[in-house]
Amino acid sequence: MTLLTVENLTVAFPGRSGTVNAIEDVSLSVSPGEILGMVGESGAGKSMTGAAIIGLIEPPGRIAAGEIRLEGQRIDTLRPDEMRRIRGRRIGAIFQDPLTSLNPVLTVGEQLIETIQTHLKLSKDEARARAIDWLRRVGIPAPEARIDTYPHQYSGGMRQRVVIALALCAEPRLVIADEPTTALDVSVQAQIIALLRKLARETGVAVILVTHDMGVIAETADRVAVMYAGRIVEVGPVAEVLTAPRHPYTRGLMASIPRIGARPDVLPQIEGAMPRPHARPAGCAFAPRCPVRIEICGQTRPDLTGHATRSVACHLSEEVPA
Amino acid sequence: MLGFLIRRIIQSVFVMLAVALIAFMMFRFMGDPVNSMVAETATTEERDAVRERLGLDQPLYVQYGRFVARAATGDFGLSWRNARPVSTLLAERFPATAELVLVAAGLSLVLGIPLGILTALRPHSFSTQALQLMSLVGISLPTFVTGILLILVFSVWLGWLPSFGRGTVVDVGWWSTGFLTLSGLKALILPSVMLCLFQLTLIMRLVRAEMMEVLRTDYIKFAKARGLTNRSIHFHHALKNTLIPVITIFGLQLGGLIAFAIITETVFQWPGMGALFIQAVSFGDVPVMAAYLVLVSLIFVIINTTVDLLYAVLDPRLRVEGARAAH
Repeated sequence: MTLLTVENLTVAFPGRSGTVNAIEDVSLSVSPGEILGMVGESGAGKSMTGAAIIGLIEPPGRIAAGEIRLEGQRIDTLRPDEMRRIRGRRIGAIFQDPLTSLNPVLTVGEQLIETIQTHLKLSKDEARARAIDWLRRVGIPAPEARIDTYPHQYSGGMRQRVVIALALCAEPRLVIADEPTTALDVSVQAQIIALLRKLARETGVAVILVTHDMGVIAETADRVAVMYAGRIVEVGPVAEVLTAPRHPYTRGLMASIPRIGARPDVLPQIEGAMPRPHARPAGCAFAPRCPVRIEICGQTRPDLTGHATRSVACHLSEEVPA
Repeated sequence: MLGFLIRRIIQSVFVMLAVALIAFMMFRFMGDPVNSMVAETATTEERDAVRERLGLDQPLYVQYGRFVARAATGDFGLSWRNARPVSTLLAERFPATAELVLVAAGLSLVLGIPLGILTALRPHSFSTQALQLMSLVGISLPTFVTGILLILVFSVWLGWLPSFGRGTVVDVGWWSTGFLTLSGLKALILPSVMLCLFQLTLIMRLVRAEMMEVLRTDYIKFAKARGLTNRSIHFHHALKNTLIPVITIFGLQLGGLIAFAIITETVFQWPGMGALFIQAVSFGDVPVMAAYLVLVSLIFVIINTTVDLLYAVLDPRLRVEGARAAH
């Protein structure tokens, strides 16, 4: 049974010049214990998809169409208080910047214990013991002493470990990690990714890993969904998508990764820029930048089609060499 | 923390010495004080005798040193107007001003913080719009106008509250308090409302602005993403961060309250230090003026030091020594 299913999700922002869809017709599913990577450039709708799943879209944005199911239960129509009980308890979240994600005036322990006690019926002492245990599991040395210190007394990498402990401490089944390593040093990034993978294996928590870093996806994820201009354009197992991308955008992304050893004068890139949400063309949103476009691409939008594990939204997907 | 406290106390001593110098110089601005002490027909020998007896023939720094030494023990000499010790006069008047300022400060906090939170949490509601408009009026209207309007409505038209004085006071030791009698409490209402109005609107607007700022931060978003209750997010996670700048402004404004109390005390004929100061100015009673200046400065210095200490309590990032110890 799938843990999370998102079907035909559209998030709309009413604006002065009419309603703008931040994401359109997004469908995806996550199985228990699976790590689903979501890649795409800034503004593609990766983070918005995550925010929609956890029920934290900033007003006036709202879910205009589609549905979200967690373990079979529909969660996009829940009342705010019911949704609050799901956040943290059944869906956790890890944010991008560990320096700003922790409240500076509360100790790490206060923040952990409050989160644990909000969701689990535990006494203060039990919650504290559990908080210390979580700090140990995320690799904080001497957690018994560190629990009573403040976030500014931790380094960036250590803070992101605390953020992970906070996201997991009420034992959710799914965690949405939104660019969890982007704000960290490269050397620390690898540690955090390794930690996430270890914890996912130990606890069986499923992870939606939002990132623009293909390397992180390749190391961590089981499957990957590629987003472009608010839509998923390709989804499939990581090994297949990265070695044999079928959507021209995915191929462009893969070709843009600089190779060690090769020293090109100009870094490879996809010509043009992603259209802004209010200026998306009719037909395929990637058509203006696409090197292999044909006439129909400018007129009709291709649907995401394919078989169970691999789907591509491209008119040429059958002809494109796999 | 202890080192910080000692540094602050040393700084404060220098501030107070400077203030004392200004207060001391006031005696010089009024012309030769001997003129106002001897008969107009007094001879030069008689004047010199008085000058010698009062120590006024000695160099300025000796006189200043003596002034500071006496001031440190609370001795500011005799009032020129009614020949009583200045310290006694101030001690009589101090409780009235202290109670007025205390109630006004309390009101501005007790009303200002919740109203600020309310208007931050519901930025588009009708009550917020109304409160914002009213606070604009409160911040722009001169306090003596609101004071006179209050007297007109509540004393003259409705007749509910007295328009002047402290009502019946009860002496507790040397402290005369209006808190213990009904008429004393009723007399406190209008002056403290007038005095607090400006601070109240200021605190409300400040809390609102800070709160809205804090609610946009990542750590509040992360707290929401962890499913914490709105109550805890607003009143625990957000409020504690909001209060740090509010404390600073409140500390500075508390001194302002004492200064503004001069106007309030004049409007309501409140027998406090402010009214005493106004009388002293109109009679050229320099010892009282000098003592008032020194006392108010001392209160300012104490408040500011307290605020700095409170910071460290509220914001762990400022506990420098503590942070080092934990590393």
